[in-house]
Amino acid sequence: MLNRQGRQTTPNEIGTADHVTFTRNRALQQEEGLIFEIGHEDVSGVDVIDVDLTTSKLGGLERKEPIGLAGLTEPETMRHYVRLSQKNYGIDSGIFPLGSCTMKHNARLNEKMARLPGFGDIHPLQPQSTVQGALQLIDQLAHYLITLTGMEAVAMTPKAGAHGELCGMAAIKAAINAKGEGATRTVVLVPDSAHGTNPATAALIGFSVRAVPAGADGTVHIDAVKAALGPDVAAIMLTNPNTCGLFEKEISAIADAVHAAGAYFYCDGANFNAIVGKARPGDLGVDAMHINLHKTFSTPHGGGGPGSGPVVLSKALADFAPVPFIKKIGDALQFVEETQGTQSFGRLSAFHGQMGMFTRALSYMLSHGADGMKKASEDAVLNANYIRACLKDLFSQPFGDKICMHEVLFDDAFLKDSGVSTLDFAKAMIDEGFHPMTVYFPLVVHGAMLIEPTESESKASLDLFIATLRDLALDAKAGNKERFTGAPYFAPRKRLDETRAARTPVLRWKPPQPIAEAQAAE
Amino acid sequence: MRYLPISQTDREDMLKRIGAADIDALFADIPANKRLNTLVDLPKHKSEIEVERILSALAAQNMSAGEGPFFCGAGAYKHHVPATVDHLIQRSEFLTSYTPYQPEIAQGTLQYLFEFQTQVALLTGMDVANASMYDGSTACAEAVLMAHRVTKRRKAVLSGTLHPHYRETVRTLSELANDKIVALPGNPSTAEDILSQIDAETSCVVVQTPSFYGELIDLKPIAKKAQENGALLIAVFNEAFSLGLAESPGAQGADIVVGEGQSIGNALNFGGPYVGLFACKEKYVRQMPGRLCGETVDADGRRGYVLTLSTREQHIRREKATSNICTNSGLCVLAFTIHMTLLGEQGLKRTAKLCHLNAFKLAKALQGVKGVEVLNKTYFNEFTVKLPKPAADVVEKLAQRGVLGGVPVSRLEPGRKELENLLLIASTEINTDDDRALFVAALKEVL
Repeated sequence: MLNRQGRQTTPNEIGTADHVTFTRNRALQQEEGLIFEIGHEDVSGVDVIDVDLTTSKLGGLERKEPIGLAGLTEPETMRHYVRLSQKNYGIDSGIFPLGSCTMKHNARLNEKMARLPGFGDIHPLQPQSTVQGALQLIDQLAHYLITLTGMEAVAMTPKAGAHGELCGMAAIKAAINAKGEGATRTVVLVPDSAHGTNPATAALIGFSVRAVPAGADGTVHIDAVKAALGPDVAAIMLTNPNTCGLFEKEISAIADAVHAAGAYFYCDGANFNAIVGKARPGDLGVDAMHINLHKTFSTPHGGGGPGSGPVVLSKALADFAPVPFIKKIGDALQFVEETQGTQSFGRLSAFHGQMGMFTRALSYMLSHGADGMKKASEDAVLNANYIRACLKDLFSQPFGDKICMHEVLFDDAFLKDSGVSTLDFAKAMIDEGFHPMTVYFPLVVHGAMLIEPTESESKASLDLFIATLRDLALDAKAGNKERFTGAPYFAPRKRLDETRAARTPVLRWKPPQPIAEAQAAE
Repeated sequence: MRYLPISQTDREDMLKRIGAADIDALFADIPANKRLNTLVDLPKHKSEIEVERILSALAAQNMSAGEGPFFCGAGAYKHHVPATVDHLIQRSEFLTSYTPYQPEIAQGTLQYLFEFQTQVALLTGMDVANASMYDGSTACAEAVLMAHRVTKRRKAVLSGTLHPHYRETVRTLSELANDKIVALPGNPSTAEDILSQIDAETSCVVVQTPSFYGELIDLKPIAKKAQENGALLIAVFNEAFSLGLAESPGAQGADIVVGEGQSIGNALNFGGPYVGLFACKEKYVRQMPGRLCGETVDADGRRGYVLTLSTREQHIRREKATSNICTNSGLCVLAFTIHMTLLGEQGLKRTAKLCHLNAFKLAKALQGVKGVEVLNKTYFNEFTVKLPKPAADVVEKLAQRGVLGGVPVSRLEPGRKELENLLLIASTEINTDDDRALFVAALKEVL
């Protein structure tokens, strides 16, 4: 069974049976049931008095049936989640080279700062006179983002990268509508190599998508853009550095052509971490770009969020930014929370954005400073190129042997006829103690392997990673398939059956049916 | 620089291995005239102690909820979160992991997502829930888009007592997508006739209970009218603890239930990050936005979990995806689900009762203050009072007396004169008799 990306989704070979224990635990790896199996409705891990409600003000809308929630006492809770945590790989466990995801070190100072009561324990709607420090923090972070990008303004509220894309594209749509071109400019240009969120965002707000092919060198060429441009084009969405890990060399010319055609340039800033302190998107002709604070500025990914995606805007778009935004009145800072009297396109969510992420990101920026942020970009690019240089004789580079930015892309040509797929290769890395790289993305490359080491890896860490990948590549080429196709052998689970999960979805626990009922149902 | 492990010697060795003359050779693809040759105009790196000083000074300028009597709500609530929660979510393997794309080494994340989905489904009385959205307001906007996909209609009817920020979020997205919305004007003093707005073009009707003004809404007649017209009922909640005591939206016939999960497990955080809850009937699951975790088996037949039904999602479907969402609120989900596990059925219900009782006690105490009128006929833990003067000024003066005494409706509905004197007041289990006495005393002084 292959999915749309052509990758295997069923386990194709059962791994060798290993020594079986009575508990099915394996020393530190302990099997753990669901809270609904180990807990109970009568058990609680909090002590709350059970008050007698003599009067109810619920107006007859009281809950009548039990909810069915299981509780655990505190020690049981602690054990449950500690055991679960031991089945997870994090940046603190080792190199986490997921390309395009930027898994860099998460400093605990940032966690501590976000938890200061003055930031963590303030209400979004308490009087603004009582939260001036919070507004200053947001204002200061905005200043850092504007300075690093060379842009005019920044919209702080988007809650993640894709939300930022929505914000930037909405600002573009508002600007086009303000010029009276809303009915004619309905197309957004998106290169094939773009993140899936780009076309999804454009479509979400009513644009149609026109694909722009990348050149043979993996970058977008001015000729291809010019061929796609027309009076119906609202914007181009371009990732730079792009998802192949390459800097779009013709970016300035592309920006000029887009502007000359009366359209706007949206830059997907997911890979901004490669160029912080080295180049400014504002100098490259960008009109809007989201910044993933959870990538570039190291706010933790936390198993898939929360993120934060502020959007920097050019002068042409600044007035269309969503509410709320901060303005200075005398010495005080104040939120503008209503669109009335502004050109703002509206509101993207309740309240003021991801304050908890703002604090962490500013803490990162203050710690690194102008010098440290530049150095971080340089080391990220250095590390990626070091991996490239050390693997290029065994691995295949889809666009030839040339320097990359913060991530290096290989394809699966080097595995041809080995019987080992990119996915198998990734799973074998798990057995060696590594989190795999991003696989099968970008889609423009067959069997893609996108490696982003970040600046957080030491040379020793990179050397071990490189040596392991070399060993795996040699073994695959030598025909030792079992090491790959049955992998992972040593993870808490062997290869999981994704096809089965999708065909017969089981999306929640359900109480076991009593036998009599189950038989009746049949 | 304490965060960068590559030494100067390493750098030189590595450049040599790469075959680059210097670091700038690696940035050669950036047009030369666009490269920065000097540092950006920002301060240089600072030690941990210096950063702490700067940020602590900013934090000290804010009045935190724990400093005094606190009664703010309107979509964000202060509850007691057990110490265990914050300890556990900071475990490296949770905090520093990514979206579980490699399920064999992310079973921890996947299992808690599966448990979370189950808890949310039970709590809302629905068949299935997803692995979370950014927050309640964005979940609400996504629910409207989902209803459009299910019904193939494009008109949403919004109750006037929906949280105004939620309404504006839905409005913004609808305007961008050229969808129609009918937003009723909210007013806690007059009954709303939403039934007459539901017609054969309506894709969904969006109703919040307890409402923005704290009133419990009987969803059953609205569900019936929606169903008769082929429209979906989207039920919204701001305060997850209300579901411990009030009848679930699912039991009342809702098709989609969305809400804010912040009040369980998560701190106020000045409005974010929070966690959007999203649940629906099973028959609509393939139109659902966001991540879903599902059960499966591994090659040895052992139970395990994976992200599933991803053919709905942007990384595969691109412009045909159900949503552009990529991130969820993973760590806030974890906080929610740990707190919920600690609470269990009993803890949730008891805490909900305590919130309700505290609100009742406060309403009673406020009725003794001259010029203050409690408007609600029903409420869970938050109600609206009418003051003899503009609520925003009153709240400001209360703050000067050390009391954070609620949210003026005018903060969210500015320019509406008839709402200017209204104040939303929330109570939770954290409030004591002393808090209430201080609040009442300060209010008497201010009025």
